[in-house]
Amino acid sequence: MSVAPVIRLTHLGKHYETRAGPVPVLKDVNLDIGHAEFVAIMGPSGSGKSTLMSILGCLDAQSDGTYLFEGRDVGVLSRDQLAGLRNRVIGFVFQGFHLLPRATLLDNVALPLVYAGVGKSERRLRARQMLERVGLGAHTASLPDQISGGQQQRVAIARALINRPSLILADEPTGNLDTRTSQEVVELLRRLNVEEGITVVLVTHDPGVAADAKRLVHLVDGQVAHDGPALRRVAGRRPS
Amino acid sequence: MMIGPMLSEAWQAMGANRPRAFLTMLGTTIGVAAVVMMLAVGQGAQDSVDRAIASMGRNLFVVLAGSPTANGVRLGTGNAPTLTVADAQALEELSTVGAMAPILPGAAQIVYGAHNWSTSVLGTTPRFLDVRSWSLSAGSPFDDSDVRGATRVALLGQTVVKNLFGDEDPVGKTVRIGKSPYLVMGTLAAKGQSLDGKDQDDAVLIPVTTAQRKLFGSQFQGSVRFLVARAASAEAMPAAEREMTRLLRQRHRLADGVDNDFTVRNLTALVNTAAETTRTMSLMLGAIASISLLVGGIGIMNIMLVSVTERTGEIGIRCALGARAGDIRLQFLLEALVLSLVGCLLGVFLGAGGALLASAVARIAVVVTLSSVLMAFLVAAGVGIFFGFYPANKAALLKPMAALRYQ
Repeated sequence: MSVAPVIRLTHLGKHYETRAGPVPVLKDVNLDIGHAEFVAIMGPSGSGKSTLMSILGCLDAQSDGTYLFEGRDVGVLSRDQLAGLRNRVIGFVFQGFHLLPRATLLDNVALPLVYAGVGKSERRLRARQMLERVGLGAHTASLPDQISGGQQQRVAIARALINRPSLILADEPTGNLDTRTSQEVVELLRRLNVEEGITVVLVTHDPGVAADAKRLVHLVDGQVAHDGPALRRVAGRRPS
Repeated sequence: MMIGPMLSEAWQAMGANRPRAFLTMLGTTIGVAAVVMMLAVGQGAQDSVDRAIASMGRNLFVVLAGSPTANGVRLGTGNAPTLTVADAQALEELSTVGAMAPILPGAAQIVYGAHNWSTSVLGTTPRFLDVRSWSLSAGSPFDDSDVRGATRVALLGQTVVKNLFGDEDPVGKTVRIGKSPYLVMGTLAAKGQSLDGKDQDDAVLIPVTTAQRKLFGSQFQGSVRFLVARAASAEAMPAAEREMTRLLRQRHRLADGVDNDFTVRNLTALVNTAAETTRTMSLMLGAIASISLLVGGIGIMNIMLVSVTERTGEIGIRCALGARAGDIRLQFLLEALVLSLVGCLLGVFLGAGGALLASAVARIAVVVTLSSVLMAFLVAAGVGIFFGFYPANKAALLKPMAALRYQ
């Protein structure tokens, strides 16, 4: 008996209701993502990448089809069960970092533990360790606006990792970063993937970032247009 | 999620926009201050009524001499000479009556040296002090032998002492009341104002017999204007009233069907009405003040709604990190609660300070009680929860993705 994939999407569709009628965003998406995969999702603006990510992250519900997360049908879970899933199993990294501006880095990283009901001393200990791991051990008491964008994104990754998730969803994590810090962030994600077997799904516009993934999914008009191994050499040869 | 980190977050959120938090709190602060102040003023009024009641004596009756009817014309009470000293003595034998004294009141000029003073003179017995729970501040009371012998002795109220003697000690001195000299045996302790504003200390007590025979003269031998009685206990009051009426009718030989030639009046009932009125007034003041608390609560709701809208993105982040709807609701509820409780705390100080200031400036009695402060606190907490609930619920019901995209 084979292990269920982390993510299995079957005939998944999503449309938004507008006054002019339903607007389809995702159409018949079929996608399996297995354990310890590193998948990059690319596609032009409006192709449904972010919508797909929000459905994968249980922040939004699909309109059609099914989404099995580790073999469980997400569609039947309650709001609170979904919250628990987001809390313990999924880690999010956003383009805009999305740190709480008034909280220290330590408190930001520890926040998921608060919702998980972890005690104060353990929260602080684990958050400190996690910040050290992303190279920001010296900044625990800083506020997000006191550090650089690349550092903020590393804090966000530390926050995503704090509850030892099995899946990290990164929605254009390098979109607001320069090339050098982008590479640092992607390298951090890649290491997590390789060393700890965490599944990483990453949306990006940057072919250079996508080239670091093991697998590349192209979305066009809400449909999977290409699904295959990422081509490092192709990306490398790309004229720019 | 745990309350601890949420509370500190609520505190931080309040600190993030200080002027706004302060202005929001101001509503609650003013509301609570108003409640505390009004209750303090009300309690002060109530206490002065209670003091007046205590000074009057408890469980009091007055038995007024009859209202005579002559050819269908009914005269006022006290005009018929139907009550006597003997009546008083007989009524005192009743087990339900604690003490009883006859009173023959009048007015007289009282002179000491170069000073003179017009005051009310009460002819009574030593039992009067017991009935009114009135003690002496100096000297000793006259006794039954003085009553029997109709001696010229007097007890002076404090106002009389002040006006005639100044700082001099009156005990043992001789004053002139009317045309005759009286020996001052003692002075009465100060009692202050009665409920109807009369100065109770502006009085002189002399033996009832002296008043009857020597000072006022009485056209009817042995009659007095009224009797004052103290029931044995508060519970005994209805029985005392019944028994006094029965005994007096018997003593006055009134046949069945004939009207009483006296009136028994329950003074405590009157006084209780006064106390009740004060209490109602103080409650009403508090109730009116609490309307401003309500307005403060609406202010909190308003700001919390703004805050939820402003922080939609933050709510989205929290949802993404695993906050349940209940966590979000609790967080905003706590923020509303912190706002209203801190506002309340300021209000308690402001209200207590205002009340004390009012008492110092306007010279009204105020009493800030712990219970009024606690009540204000509870109401403020209730307001915070009640008015915080709608915004908090609105925050909790946001769709995670919509909230996250809001920024």
